[in-house]
Amino acid sequence: MSQKEWPLWEVFIRSKQGLDHKHVGSLHAADAEMAIQNARDVYTRRLEGVSIWVVESKHVHASNPDDAQAFYEPANDKIYRHPTFYQVPDSIKHM
Amino acid sequence: METLELTQEEQFQARIDADMRIEPKDWMPDAYRKTLIRQISQHAHSELVGMLPEGNWITRAPSLKRKSILLAKVQDEAGHGLYLYSAAETLGTSRDQMLADLHSGKAKYSSIFNYPTLSWADMGCVGWLVDGAAILNQVPLCRTSYGPYARAMVRVCKEESFHQRQGFEIMQTLCEGSPEQKAMAQEGLNRWWWPTLMMFGPKDSESPNTAQSMNWRIKRFTNDELRQKFVDMMVPQAEFLGLTVPDPNLKWNEAKQGYDFGDVDWEEFWNVVKGNGMCNKERLQARVQAHEEGAWVREAALAHAEKRQQREAAKAAAA
Ligand SMILES: [Fe+2]
Ligand SMILES: [Fe+2]
Repeated sequence: MSQKEWPLWEVFIRSKQGLDHKHVGSLHAADAEMAIQNARDVYTRRLEGVSIWVVESKHVHASNPDDAQAFYEPANDKIYRHPTFYQVPDSIKHM
Repeated sequence: METLELTQEEQFQARIDADMRIEPKDWMPDAYRKTLIRQISQHAHSELVGMLPEGNWITRAPSLKRKSILLAKVQDEAGHGLYLYSAAETLGTSRDQMLADLHSGKAKYSSIFNYPTLSWADMGCVGWLVDGAAILNQVPLCRTSYGPYARAMVRVCKEESFHQRQGFEIMQTLCEGSPEQKAMAQEGLNRWWWPTLMMFGPKDSESPNTAQSMNWRIKRFTNDELRQKFVDMMVPQAEFLGLTVPDPNLKWNEAKQGYDFGDVDWEEFWNVVKGNGMCNKERLQARVQAHEEGAWVREAALAHAEKRQQREAAKAAAA
């Protein structure tokens, strides 16, 4: 008899029609179908969702937290990407 | 016994009428899918080709500050293209197919980008007028019926607001500058005003698909409604800048609480749409050239990924 552990799945729920799926947590399941059924039981018992996505955790590639500084730092000094960088005269509407 | 069952198509329309979103796995009529693929990919192509007229001025921006801003704006437009291509892909078309259609001339993009950017004031005009028009078009699309499209538009709109402001700031700086700079701003407005009004598309009476698109809520205002809104919004801004809108028929209409304005040169519009605008050939050529010259990069990246995979597999086997 196989002692293999069920793989881990990441669960994404669309909480309301029209919105993005958001990561809510993970669970173990033997396959995708079971993962969706389990996700329904674990994560949507109180009408938290209208749609479920599951992705096997091994397929998720994450950025390295150690690289965070070098990775995100270049955006720091580019404040001109924000609309608040520009002065709009008070009398100008719709901008 | 009479059945109260709705057909698939009636159910679909009922969801749209209730302002619900249609998602990729939901049933949808073929015509809805096809129209959306055309609309979203055209929109994506416009973002992509739209980088060219502004890219033209990155190396010649008058200061490091303006250069950084312009670079950031053009970079945003590339991102907008990406969001939109991805939204179209959820409908079953592929990125390669869409690009092939753009490059062969089969697919259209906004005719505004077939006009040349001749002076620095044109960077002001593009941001202020062209992005201003795009925003008017895009804000209602944040509530469009197709979920992935609506969500892409939310991201786009968030990023657009700085585009228009930086354009207005360029105009304001020129208008408060020397007489030559002010004249440059006016000359820019003279050239960009009418092509921008054309961005909203043909007159409602000549836009036979509008009714169906409004019904499907993939269009939320008619072309003429948006054009009117745009004029009403822009005229006071031009007045603030001390610029003259190049339309002798422009006049405030107290009764309709909006401006009356002259008719667009529709012959010019259709001529540009058909490919005979000032820059149609140049734009398409630049796109095709960029794609062809980038082929080796795409191939090299794949080869590199494959090599890394093999290396890691070998490492795992040895362990
Ligand atoms: Fe854009
Ligand atoms: Fe923009």
